[in-house]
Amino acid sequence: MADASVIEVPVKAIGIRRKARHSFVVIGNPNSGKSTLFNRLTGLRQTTGNYPGVTVEKHVGIMQTEIGAMELIDLPGIYCLGGQSLDERIAVDVILGRLDDVARPSGMLFVLDATHLYQGLYLLEQLLEMQVPTVVALTMTDLARARGITIDIDALQARLPGITVREVVSTRRQGIEALKQELQDLHERAAPDFPASWPALSHTAQELADRTSGELTRMDVIQSLLHPSSDAEARANALLNAGELKSAREELFGTEPPQAVEARQRYRWVRGVLGEVLNEAPLLGQVGARLGNWLNRPWPATVAFFALMALVFQAVFSWATPMMDAIDAGASDLGLWVSAAAGDGMLGSFLSDGLIAGVGSVIVFLPQILILFLFIIVLEDSGYLARAAFLMDRVMRTVGLSGQSVIPMLSSFACAVPAIMATRVIPDRRDRIATILAAPFMTCSARLPIYALLIAAFVPAGSLGWFNLQGIVLFGLYLLGIFGGLVTARLLKLTALRGPKPVFVLALPEFRKPDLVTVLLKLWDRVRVFLKRAGTVIFAVAVVVWVLAYFPRAEVVTDPPGPSVTSMQGPAGDTPQQQAEAMQLSQSWLGRMGRWVEPVFEPLGWDWRVSSAVIAGFPAREVVVAVLGTLYAVGSDTDEETLAGRLRSATWPDGRPVFTLPMVLGLLVFYAWCLQCAATLATIRRETNSWRWPIFAWFYMTTLGYVAALLIYQIGSRL
Amino acid sequence: MTLAELKPGQSARILSIDTGVPGVIRLMVLGLIEDAIVRIENAAIGGDPIEISLFGTSVSVRRQHARHFLIEPVTAHG
Repeated sequence: MADASVIEVPVKAIGIRRKARHSFVVIGNPNSGKSTLFNRLTGLRQTTGNYPGVTVEKHVGIMQTEIGAMELIDLPGIYCLGGQSLDERIAVDVILGRLDDVARPSGMLFVLDATHLYQGLYLLEQLLEMQVPTVVALTMTDLARARGITIDIDALQARLPGITVREVVSTRRQGIEALKQELQDLHERAAPDFPASWPALSHTAQELADRTSGELTRMDVIQSLLHPSSDAEARANALLNAGELKSAREELFGTEPPQAVEARQRYRWVRGVLGEVLNEAPLLGQVGARLGNWLNRPWPATVAFFALMALVFQAVFSWATPMMDAIDAGASDLGLWVSAAAGDGMLGSFLSDGLIAGVGSVIVFLPQILILFLFIIVLEDSGYLARAAFLMDRVMRTVGLSGQSVIPMLSSFACAVPAIMATRVIPDRRDRIATILAAPFMTCSARLPIYALLIAAFVPAGSLGWFNLQGIVLFGLYLLGIFGGLVTARLLKLTALRGPKPVFVLALPEFRKPDLVTVLLKLWDRVRVFLKRAGTVIFAVAVVVWVLAYFPRAEVVTDPPGPSVTSMQGPAGDTPQQQAEAMQLSQSWLGRMGRWVEPVFEPLGWDWRVSSAVIAGFPAREVVVAVLGTLYAVGSDTDEETLAGRLRSATWPDGRPVFTLPMVLGLLVFYAWCLQCAATLATIRRETNSWRWPIFAWFYMTTLGYVAALLIYQIGSRL
Repeated sequence: MTLAELKPGQSARILSIDTGVPGVIRLMVLGLIEDAIVRIENAAIGGDPIEISLFGTSVSVRRQHARHFLIEPVTAHG
């Protein structure tokens, strides 16, 4: 007995961690409550990765059932399988088990939004062609009822033979257990029969598929019929007799575009079903509440959009302050305590000047990043981003893009990497690349630390009427990023990416209260990425910079500092201790490297410390603050405990302050436009499938930032 | 009369669709097909794009595409 239990533990652990017994895909329309349901079914046991070879996020969770662990794969929300977008192709490939490393799922959980049965049933009918055992979770029935719509679930069930329909209210956890019961033995059930919406297509495709002796599935043939001159068609043509596809196509679609005929056929069936299932004729004008209707009018909506954006930036700056002050004070107390405990030697300097000053100076910005991501996630989950795309379509048209580019651009205020991935909803390749190249201009959360540092140090904290002055400067920097991105997109659309005007078709979800758990999970995901970077890349850079600044040690100081070396204090009033520290820094490896590159950045008004920090920031821009933190901590004046204070008191050897207004403004603009992010470059490479665009983006943005900073400093210093 | 000529608050039945335009097919895939009853909900500044609702679902449509949908106006709840 004891042996059995010993064996049982590892087997169970493997069952959970490695190979779940069965996997199921979770699929549905965007905003159908899919993520919330997924979170309720899997709890916190989720991982996010990428599918091999593509950048679509693979979101997997483990669901515990009575008979063991099951794997749930959350697919991106889509409206149809006809658009040939990457998300749609991934959905088909995952369900048919065609991706490496992803086993063919045993079944499909389809999330059907009761308030959007029309488009939901359309997608379901398309998916049923894949012949996978299916369970339908009917969500949002509470919302539907609140709007006076009741759904006859038995009638719906009767129109979907072979599929179980289960009502679920995720937010109140109703129906979750019953749904789990259904999923538990779903893999044993037969796949549903032919979908009823367009039998002619299903049967023709099945007949053709049967003739390929298992090489093609019914879905493959349907894809090849619906999409002439696609890869699917080439494959099907190779396996079938000449002309078979062509004659089937003529019979099914006549002279009309295949997708138009499919939409007509299937939606006609869906409408018939709705007539039986909805207890009253669907009310028109049910979109949004009355208040929503007023807010959706052109002018109020546009004003509300800008007010909301302004609120976000105000919040990022003012709400975060107390938390940031606390972290700052904590880090500097810790540094003092550590250096007191570890002494003045190498260890003490390493711990307090290298680690705590370096990593601490980045962690300080966690509260701002949290607030920013919170806003972006809430805006996304409430359906507001789609609304913003609708409102801004006209503006985007003036730069040759469409409202569809607005969603990635707004998300790149958080981070350009997911934003660049989000561009895959843009169907036209040229529009997509223009958006990809505009996205890194938007002020991402990694730019926030240096903006915040410089603004806090050099912009007075006063207020201008209702607004905080520092908040206004920050807002200006965001506008600068937007401006840079839009002008870039316009120039590209006029030259290298010239093409037809983009089509703009977008489903507009109504506003919905975001689910707290889902928002928190997404937020945690982002925070984890930030902390991981702080703990790895930034930690490593802080260590390297400390080593470069600390070695080689000057035993006897002989040479006076070079003419371009800065010291922390003006020449007058320097203590011998401070002079020795400054001397040490200037003859360290870092000091030598800094002086070597200084001529390049000197016309911008940067001393060697700023230049070194900027260079160190090319792999990941948030490193800059950490490097400045370390550089200005080594040999620092103990009177100034915060980095901002140390920057303010930094001077050139002749006593002029380094951080003058033109220099700070130039540095901010450089930072706004320069592309300092290896992750963004790698993502551009993956998404555009060529090195041409990331290389172009890097040179273009770096040159732009340099020239702008040069002009601002040179002109500003002469005024 | 085409969909582009309707004003916010008005409803209509789609009579026929010119399927030769790529953007139009993408609207059909979202459910704008013949015999569907649609309503203009709102518009962005300048009256373009317009927000069209049908069966509780809402879709953003540019006027240039709305022009390819022939309609007949109906009274609400028709």
